[in-house]
Amino acid sequence: MDKQTPLVDMRDIQISFGGIHAVDHVSVDLHPGEVVGLLGHNGAGKSTLIKILSGAYQADGGEIYINGKKAEIHNPRDARRYNIETIYQTLALADNLDAASNLFLGRELTTPLGTVDDDAMEAETRNIMAKLNPNFQKFSEPVSALSGGQRQSVAIARAVYFDAKILIMDEPTAALGPHETQMVSELIQQLKTQGIGIFLISHDIHDVMELCDRASVMKNGKLVGTVNVDDVTDDDLLSMIILGKKPEGVAVQS
Amino acid sequence: MQNQAKTLINKLGLDPRLLGMIGALVVIWIVFGIFTEGRFLSPRNFFNVSVQSASVAVMATGMVFVIVTRNIDLSVGSLLGFIGMSVAALQVQVLPDVLGLGHWSIWIISVFAAILMGAVLGAFQGWVIGYLTVPAFIVTLGGFLVYRGAMWWVTKGQTQAPLDPIFRLLGGGAEGTLGETLSWAFGIVAALVAVGFMLLSRRNKAAHGFSVKPAWAEGILMAIAAGGILLFVSIMNSYPIPKGAMKRITKAQGIEYTDGMVWNHGVAIPVVILLVVAIVMTIIARRTRFGRYIYATGGNPEAAELSGINTRFLTVKIFALMGALTGIASIIASARLNAVDVGLGTLDELRVIAAAVIGGTALSGGAGTIYGAVIGALIMQSLQSGMASVGVDAPLQNIVVGVVLVFAVWIDIVYRRRTGA
Ligand SMILES: Nc1ncnc2c1ncn2[C@@H]1O[C@H](COP(=O)(O)OP(=O)(O)OP(=O)(O)O)[C@@H](O)[C@H]1O
Ligand SMILES: [Mg+2]
Repeated sequence: MDKQTPLVDMRDIQISFGGIHAVDHVSVDLHPGEVVGLLGHNGAGKSTLIKILSGAYQADGGEIYINGKKAEIHNPRDARRYNIETIYQTLALADNLDAASNLFLGRELTTPLGTVDDDAMEAETRNIMAKLNPNFQKFSEPVSALSGGQRQSVAIARAVYFDAKILIMDEPTAALGPHETQMVSELIQQLKTQGIGIFLISHDIHDVMELCDRASVMKNGKLVGTVNVDDVTDDDLLSMIILGKKPEGVAVQS
Repeated sequence: MQNQAKTLINKLGLDPRLLGMIGALVVIWIVFGIFTEGRFLSPRNFFNVSVQSASVAVMATGMVFVIVTRNIDLSVGSLLGFIGMSVAALQVQVLPDVLGLGHWSIWIISVFAAILMGAVLGAFQGWVIGYLTVPAFIVTLGGFLVYRGAMWWVTKGQTQAPLDPIFRLLGGGAEGTLGETLSWAFGIVAALVAVGFMLLSRRNKAAHGFSVKPAWAEGILMAIAAGGILLFVSIMNSYPIPKGAMKRITKAQGIEYTDGMVWNHGVAIPVVILLVVAIVMTIIARRTRFGRYIYATGGNPEAAELSGINTRFLTVKIFALMGALTGIASIIASARLNAVDVGLGTLDELRVIAAAVIGGTALSGGAGTIYGAVIGALIMQSLQSGMASVGVDAPLQNIVVGVVLVFAVWIDIVYRRRTGA
């Protein structure tokens, strides 16, 4: 697996906000069909790192390679062109629009006349939500009227609908109930088998151990290291996150 | 009883806010009708109110998009004056020399010039707001001063008159209407189109297997829409053209005028323009990507940007559209007065913003309808005309309009809180 060209290779990425090095020379990579966990304390720089990949921020330094070719990602439109889909921690939903309008925002289905086809979009939304969260019924309300978990379902649906090759999930199950979380876990397994590469940001070590192939740990904007999840214990990961200490006797990529 | 009314409204799928605004408008009409012993409810008055509302209402539809995206445009009144003065000077001083006085194309050139000028100046303001990120309040406050000053420079303050005779028809008046026959034709076509759209939308929904309103409810809505349009036309068609104007018109058409000959006005051309603008703007708001992006950006600018929407360029387009509509409004306003003086459009920006806001456009962004803004403009104009015909002094008129504005927005806030919208 290591011999293959990675799907995503972020090299030596750095960005600072007014003196704070939010991401400080970090390199991570991702292969097709792989789930890489991104771990770290609050404010470690995880969201900032993936926002550079999704085009929300522009790195001050470093390079991104996609399938071995240098990628120019200057805005979210560019990222979408590389089939990068993102579930943001903040969900990034327009609260005044309904689920279907949010799901298709920026990529509306249109009629032959070129007008937006709300009925078709609602029908598609009903289809995908039936698979993702069968209890979801509020199709005609604005998403401001939805619960936190329902909103998260909409954000997840949006990311997986459009044939992503690279999926970024920033704490996708933070607001979900146990059953819905289970469904997202199954979804991740299923997307994996389709050869999609996934960056999964999570604070739940148990989830990471179960779903991820590798885990990259960040602390204060710096990469502590990347390990194969099968090689380490929960405690190893915890001490990487909290103490920034690499586990002994294990291969650590950094 | 109250619950029955509520379930009926629900079944019909009517927007309670729309009903509230129409209710307020009807109450205003009835109250002034009583105070003026019915004069306010005459076809003549409805005709005048419809014509006087047109210019502000056209701009208010554009202001909806501006406010929905959390911006504001304080420059529209001055811009209307600047465009009006420039285009008036064009057709009074320039075009007659180039093309000959009364040339058939003068009005067409003037119309295009007005719309183009508005769109270009609007786009420029939008560019400063979107790309240079200067707040819209400041940019358009600057525009407010600049255009009013520039307007003076066009003619060194001289009033421009008279305007081209065909151009003048765009402002209404006895000649500037569709006339009786065309008005009926217009009304019937509009009613058929409205019913057609409702049937089409119902068929689409059914085709996707969504639940549709019961047939009787749809039938009632169609009857209301078609009936409303035809009622309006019939009112406009029962306002007789005064004798003097009759003599002028019959003479122009080579018909002999005899005593007792009665022609009616019909729908005024500025009102036709307003209806076309309102329909196009509604389609933009509800059925185009551009419209969808406007509302998305208003609801959550960051989310819109992350969804790949170019919100900066969107701002340019919105202000260009606002400018183009100001150009159209300027045509209506100057044609109606048949002259442009340096005061044209003064305070219009506030009327336009008030109309949009009374019509339910939220300054916090993300919410607002085109029909609301048009009704808002009608409410403002009805209040003003009503008070004028009752003999309320101008200063008191301003006080009343100001109080109504604040009151209307407060009601809207309470309504939103109750419904959690
Ligand atoms: N737009 C911004 N402007 C200024 N500082 C920022 C901005 N975004 C992030 N930061 C800072 O960068 C650092 C990293 O933030 P980031 O959101 O990436 O953390 P995180 O690892 O995702 O944390 P969490 O687990 O809480 O989501 C923090 O110190 C944060 O304050
Ligand atoms: Mg984060």
